[in-house]
Amino acid sequence: MTHTPPFRLAKGGRLIDRAFQIPFRFDGRHLRGVQGDTLASALLANGQMLMGRSFKYHRPRGPIASGAEEPNALFGLGQGGRFEPNQRATTTLLTHGMVLRSQNCWPSLDADIGAVNNWLSPMLPAGFYYKTFIHPRPFWKHLFEPIIRRSAGLGRAPTDPDPDRYEQAYAHVDLVVVGGGIAGLRAARDAAEDGQKVLVLEQEAVWGGRTPVDHKDGPAAIARLLDDLRARQNVTLRRNTMATGLYDHGYLLAREALADHDPNAGIPRQRLWRIRARRIITATGALERPLAFACNDVPGVMLASAVRDFLVNHAIAPGQRIVVVTNNDDAYRTALTAAAEGLEVTVIDARDQADGDLPQAARARNIPVLTGTGIAKVKGSRHVEGVVLCAQDGDGKPTGGIDCDVVAMSGGWSPVVHLYSHCGGRLIWDDARAMFRPDPDRPPLGADGQGNVTAVGAANGDLRCAGDLERAEAATMPVWCMPKDAPYRLRAKMWLDYQNDVKVTDVQLAAREGYASVEHTKRYTTLGMATDQGKISNINGLAVLSTALDQPIPQTGTTTFRPPYTPLTLATIAADARGDAFQPLRKTAMHEWHERHGASWEPVGHWRRPYSYPRAGEDRHSAINREILAVRKSVGTLDASTLGKIIVKGPDAGRFLDMMYTNMMSSLPVGKCRYGLMCGENGFLMDDGVVARLSDDTWLCHTTTGGADRIHGHMEDWLQCEWWDWQVYTANLTEQYAQIAVAGPKARELLDRLPGSIDVSQDALPFMQWAEGDIAGIPARIYRISFSGELSYEIAVPAGRGLELWDRLHEAGRDLGITPYGTEAMHVMRAEKGFIMIGDETDGTIIPQDLGLGWAISKKKSDYIGKRAQSRSFMKDRTRWQLVGIESLDDRVIPDGAYAVDEGTNANGQRKTQGRVTSSYHSPTLDRPIAMGLVRHGPERMGQILEFPMPSGEVLKARICDPVFYDKEGSRLNG
Amino acid sequence: MAEALASVVRVEGLGMIAIRADLSRAGDAIAGAAGLAIPDVTRHTTDGSRTLGWMSPDELLLILPAQELPEALSALDQALTGEHALVVDVSDARAVFDVLGPHAGDVIAKLSPADLDALPSDGLRRSRAAQTAVALWRIEGGMRLIGFRSTADYLGLILRNAAIPGSRLAPR
Repeated sequence: MTHTPPFRLAKGGRLIDRAFQIPFRFDGRHLRGVQGDTLASALLANGQMLMGRSFKYHRPRGPIASGAEEPNALFGLGQGGRFEPNQRATTTLLTHGMVLRSQNCWPSLDADIGAVNNWLSPMLPAGFYYKTFIHPRPFWKHLFEPIIRRSAGLGRAPTDPDPDRYEQAYAHVDLVVVGGGIAGLRAARDAAEDGQKVLVLEQEAVWGGRTPVDHKDGPAAIARLLDDLRARQNVTLRRNTMATGLYDHGYLLAREALADHDPNAGIPRQRLWRIRARRIITATGALERPLAFACNDVPGVMLASAVRDFLVNHAIAPGQRIVVVTNNDDAYRTALTAAAEGLEVTVIDARDQADGDLPQAARARNIPVLTGTGIAKVKGSRHVEGVVLCAQDGDGKPTGGIDCDVVAMSGGWSPVVHLYSHCGGRLIWDDARAMFRPDPDRPPLGADGQGNVTAVGAANGDLRCAGDLERAEAATMPVWCMPKDAPYRLRAKMWLDYQNDVKVTDVQLAAREGYASVEHTKRYTTLGMATDQGKISNINGLAVLSTALDQPIPQTGTTTFRPPYTPLTLATIAADARGDAFQPLRKTAMHEWHERHGASWEPVGHWRRPYSYPRAGEDRHSAINREILAVRKSVGTLDASTLGKIIVKGPDAGRFLDMMYTNMMSSLPVGKCRYGLMCGENGFLMDDGVVARLSDDTWLCHTTTGGADRIHGHMEDWLQCEWWDWQVYTANLTEQYAQIAVAGPKARELLDRLPGSIDVSQDALPFMQWAEGDIAGIPARIYRISFSGELSYEIAVPAGRGLELWDRLHEAGRDLGITPYGTEAMHVMRAEKGFIMIGDETDGTIIPQDLGLGWAISKKKSDYIGKRAQSRSFMKDRTRWQLVGIESLDDRVIPDGAYAVDEGTNANGQRKTQGRVTSSYHSPTLDRPIAMGLVRHGPERMGQILEFPMPSGEVLKARICDPVFYDKEGSRLNG
Repeated sequence: MAEALASVVRVEGLGMIAIRADLSRAGDAIAGAAGLAIPDVTRHTTDGSRTLGWMSPDELLLILPAQELPEALSALDQALTGEHALVVDVSDARAVFDVLGPHAGDVIAKLSPADLDALPSDGLRRSRAAQTAVALWRIEGGMRLIGFRSTADYLGLILRNAAIPGSRLAPR
């Protein structure tokens, strides 16, 4: 049978405008469509019925459907960063200059080498991979899986960044109606009349669903409803918007396509709506089911509704001689529509009788109707050439044949129950209508325990929901296999899942092999697991499974429907959160100064802190060494603004802080500072910092950078939930202040050069005290605290003036060689002093006692958070690893995290360990490696040698020593 | 090229004072010192220059011209003498943005899950804009947002991104 493109009819086409020609490219060929075409209709108009290759057998495939359920006609669209795989030809509108690429074929769609799988298909049944490649075991991981993975997969992932913009938006409504067909629009009107705030979503660009195609007066009825709704202030109609998933508490996600058709418009391409609705109506319609007959996947075999849609909407006749095969009355509409366009039509009806309004109308138009008949086989390989007929109630013995180029099939309709099912709505099997439909008695429940989702129209199983537009229809007869007693050779060519190439025999094999559960069968056969999620195959598949298991369909049940309804791109989910807006970047008041001075950044939480400031020609390492030596010899500045600063005030504040910290804070005199440790209830060290007593009833608690929000939350948690009657207020003032550490032997000299009211002399402001006043004309609080071991002042000023102070310090200290230093110099200097670092020496399993910090644990207090836990036997265990210094025996720095091995092996045959390195650096001050670590009985084993085997096989040796490597007496603290 | 949905303006020169106290006991004293009535739950009161916002059952935020800050701080301290209360300057911890124009609400609706239709003219919502915390309320001609100083660049960026021309939320 030959074809004479174009398939476009001379006139008609509800959705197209022939005046606007649209050029596009398909696998390198230059073609033309018209405005309003989908990719599918444009390709059909050009005579291109072959649109893809199937996943497993690489069989030639054409479009089956005309909407979101399409399993075959998928393309790679666009180029470069705009390339998108698996785009549905039936729902994607054609745009000017579009570039389409066919998928899953090589070297081309017409001559595909993978099609050899088709000849091998008898050898590739369900579970083939599991059965065949399981032995020998190692071959799976190293040989079979990599090869199968390379040949599997549909479409290619894009490799370039997506240049388009995407966004999200929130909406809050009383009612969201999903589906802009006649049932949805009527439901919206009813709710709007009640004064509710209503949002109506329609996945397509046009309103009306099936009604305008299926009913003569349909377009007018839809237009009237739209006019009514558009005139209402409380109704929003949003088309091109696909509801992707429904979640608890009436939370509905929907994707609005804004500029899919025009990527250069400069506006967001898609918008992800996050909708909170008190009530949801699903008016999502129904999907037509294919019929399972042999070779029902040959291009030209389509759903009856799709043939009708192409004819009415796009004036496309997919063929000239059409065989309609059906088990219901609705498909006669296709026959009537095709006949009206002058096409040759025959109806094959599996039912013994067909006497309803529509069949009668067909006969009245002289359309031949053969009842009790089925299709034994479709003829043709790359296109339908004809059908072999047989009795439906038989084994497929040929009773005749018809030459044709299109088979329009209808196996009945399945309500679209996806959204209803996403968050717990249950389905019931309706035997009379041969469908699963929403069970109105078991809907998804809202926060009040009442149902919050209602299905209406075809989505509720009411296939004749257009009311007075409808005509009487006789019942659908379930047909799960055509003919009923088809032999194996026919069943082995009956496709259920087109995209994943699952056939009737595959499901029957699964049943024979013991897969009784529909969920297991799904995974074993991959039925319904493709990108179309089995929209047209699931019901047929589980019906075949039920028959094979000899049990009724409700007993088999359905697989779970999961969001998204149709695929959602990651770009739409990420929306604006990309590039600079990927994540909030927290910046201190001096951030831009650091940037100008070449800071190499370190992420600390959402902050960026200068790790070091490499100069021209310097690497990070030499910059760090220079910064450290500058601080040790003269003076340096560190931006310490990110440290947490929490005010704690009230009559019970002292008592509260005594519980928060392991040591005593209530006894701290006003004007003084104290280093404190904070543990969780389980006794483990979670944060540390210096606490300053500001006044009789006010303390300022410094936390680590990462701890600021967490510790504030921790404090409020205890205050609000446990000690709600204590009079304490807290406030997180971290961002209110810029804080600058000025450290080094010349620090005092530097501060003395700036005008101000604060006396920073040793007598007036000794170590661990603070003073308030102004410096360089800026109100400030200065803390004499030191994390470097040097003479050090931390100056807190209002954040808005931080940069001003920083500049003044650098100006005044130029001749002193004042040097900004970063976090790594700070880390090394504290390690030289043996100070612990939260996150280095602690990892959530360390108690202060492990770190030689027993001195910071009050023996006098009756309680503090963690005290009880620390008295448990495990915590008292003398063999817990303890903090020590570790001195490399040669000049090599032992890697951070390295384990010290012990004699013997454990039960798993692994080498026993006795300690690990927690911090390790090259000390520029001492010009040798230094390290700290946790070692069993460590403090009692000074001078002993530990061995650290490296992955290379080499063993590094190190001596246990005191963790304070530098200035043990602390003489440098005072300058 | 179409216009942006709204103009996004960083507001400088505002002082802010966080006040924590038992509002049922100290409400009158605070109102006297602040010069504004105590707002109802999730509301704010304003005289056009100062705004007093309800932040939590025991927390208020006074927003006022920066030059009035020192005086207001001491007035509040004085008024709350003998009362268990916390009065702190948080002016430098915050960044303020105005989103102005008839479609300012569209910009907010793209970033915040707060239901603006349910926000009365004197309503104040503590919410978020994309990934950063904000409080927001209506002002003449649009919306005002306060966020944290450290994420001001991010907040400004996402507000401007949400306001790009041609991206109104009304169905097209």
